[in-house]
Amino acid sequence: MTEPVLRISGITKSFGALRASEDVTLDLCAGEIHALIGPNGAGKSTLIAQIAGALAPDSGTIKLEGRDVTAQSTVARARAGLARTFQISSLAMEDTVLQNAMLGALGARQGRLGLFGSVMRDTGLRETARAALDEVGLGEFAGFRVGDLSHGQRRQLEVAVALTLKPRVLLMDEPMAGLGAEGTAQMVPMLQRLKHTAPILLIEHDMDAVFQLADRISVLVYGQIIATDAPDAIRTDPRVREAYLGDDLGEDAV
Amino acid sequence: MRREAIFNTALWLGLLAYPVWAWLGDEPYQITLATRVAILALAGVGLNIALGLGGLVSLGHAMFFGIGGYAAGILASHAQSYTPLYDGAFTIEGTQNMLVIWLVAVVAAGLVALVTGALSLRTSGVYFIMITLAFGQMFYYFTISWPAYGGEDGLSIYVRNWFPGLNTLDPLTFFLICFSILSLALLLSWRIAGSAFGLALNAARQNEDRVRAVGIEPYRLRLVAFVISGAITGLAGALYADLNRFVSPTMFSWQLSGEIMVFVILGGVARLFGPVAGAALFILLEEVLGGVSDYWHIWLGVLLLIVVLFARGGLIGLIAGQGTGQATGQRKRAGGADD
Ligand SMILES: Nc1ncnc2c1ncn2[C@@H]1O[C@H](COP(=O)(O)OP(=O)(O)O)[C@@H](O)[C@H]1O
Ligand SMILES: [Mg+2]
Repeated sequence: MTEPVLRISGITKSFGALRASEDVTLDLCAGEIHALIGPNGAGKSTLIAQIAGALAPDSGTIKLEGRDVTAQSTVARARAGLARTFQISSLAMEDTVLQNAMLGALGARQGRLGLFGSVMRDTGLRETARAALDEVGLGEFAGFRVGDLSHGQRRQLEVAVALTLKPRVLLMDEPMAGLGAEGTAQMVPMLQRLKHTAPILLIEHDMDAVFQLADRISVLVYGQIIATDAPDAIRTDPRVREAYLGDDLGEDAV
Repeated sequence: MRREAIFNTALWLGLLAYPVWAWLGDEPYQITLATRVAILALAGVGLNIALGLGGLVSLGHAMFFGIGGYAAGILASHAQSYTPLYDGAFTIEGTQNMLVIWLVAVVAAGLVALVTGALSLRTSGVYFIMITLAFGQMFYYFTISWPAYGGEDGLSIYVRNWFPGLNTLDPLTFFLICFSILSLALLLSWRIAGSAFGLALNAARQNEDRVRAVGIEPYRLRLVAFVISGAITGLAGALYADLNRFVSPTMFSWQLSGEIMVFVILGGVARLFGPVAGAALFILLEEVLGGVSDYWHIWLGVLLLIVVLFARGGLIGLIAGQGTGQATGQRKRAGGADD
């Protein structure tokens, strides 16, 4: 088996008495969608924050393409190819859709930022940004202010910005939350395509989507991973069913 | 956006025409007023790069203004007394050449901005305001207690510094010098706002996590903006010294920092011509209200309150409409929806 693109080993993180991550070990291989599921407050977002570098783990290591990035800043990790979408849309709200996508393309370029030349006339940046917007279906909205977009469109823009980064790994925190049936139906085939560009660590509450998309699923409960397996095995795992008691993890979810 | 461009052009032409008109009518005081507007506007253009584009609420910009002023005052005083500024392994003479003075003012203010910015930009919000204020006050008290250059009494520049080939003693010529520099600074500010750097800086003002997530470090953007901002305000200080032929520690006072910020807000934060509109309004109010009452600052305060509460885009916003229009001018609005 080849070396995983992302490997997280023994991550532990406490907030006071609360163990948000407890000895979490997880990996992500090329071409796969690895879904991370678990009840609210299980520590999924906290784990993403640690992988992205926004939060420092108490112990454990994070390796990206074999390199230990645990001590690196968010900026350094982004430059190494870790792209992230936020659970709560995190965009430049006063700027246009195109400008937000161009910001991503600018970051991906990793060069000196020009002080005088017109950025809007930079055709290279524009094309990268446009391609990403088209990919997520926001092409027509390029000139809109982000503040004027619907919730679902902001989620799509989050994905587009991540795409402009030419990511090696995509970390997606509930990209379909609040999208509605139609939005989810658009997002699912898109992620299906994207995983060949970069493997995706996907946090998602929509179990239909998860079972449609995931190649592997890890279940996080109270900061601990209680199971990692193929979707079919996860569905029938008694520990998982117990943890999800009352949650919709029924046979209908295919 | 078109309206803003038209208004800006009118403002620019008006500021140019007013002293020419005063010159025709032989009213030198009015030329001096216009020159003050141009110089204060220049200081405001500097601040606006930090405040408007970068969202950095600096209450220490008088520090740069004062450094520029003292660069002019100190160099001129040595030239006037024929004593070298430094006489050791090599000699540095004073000078009354504006070009040299401006260079020294810009470099000195830029360096101080680099050091103070590197420290204060590690904080944010109210701490940033307090630290920039504290740095400004340090310079203020330092100049007061520095007898070599006049201490509290300040320094006089007996004859206005010279510019190659021009008669700077002529008020209109001096105005035109200041106006040209203001115009160049506006051009620079416009280019920066529309540049890749400007896009990232403006995004960092709105959402720094987003900027980090694309692999750009906001701290570095802000430091560069702070240095450019300080350098421009420093240049304004050097011109101000030449306008008054006098520099004193009040150039470093936090009240002055506050005044610059006040008129930038009055004119319109993050609007290209906001500092110009604000400086013109400020001087106008000072002249009109200042003649009526010594307490005209109270009315200024009331006006500021109204602007902050009801007219976020300042004067430019009232006239040209909302929308931070500095960066591109190619934004479209979704069908009537607003935020
Ligand atoms: N910065 C923080 N300080 C203290 N507690 C936190 C912090 N961030 C998250 N938590 C807590 O950690 C737990 C896990 O949160 P989170 O990772 O957001 O869960 P999930 O994304 O799985 O719903 C929750 O109980 C939450 O309240
Ligand atoms: Mg979460």
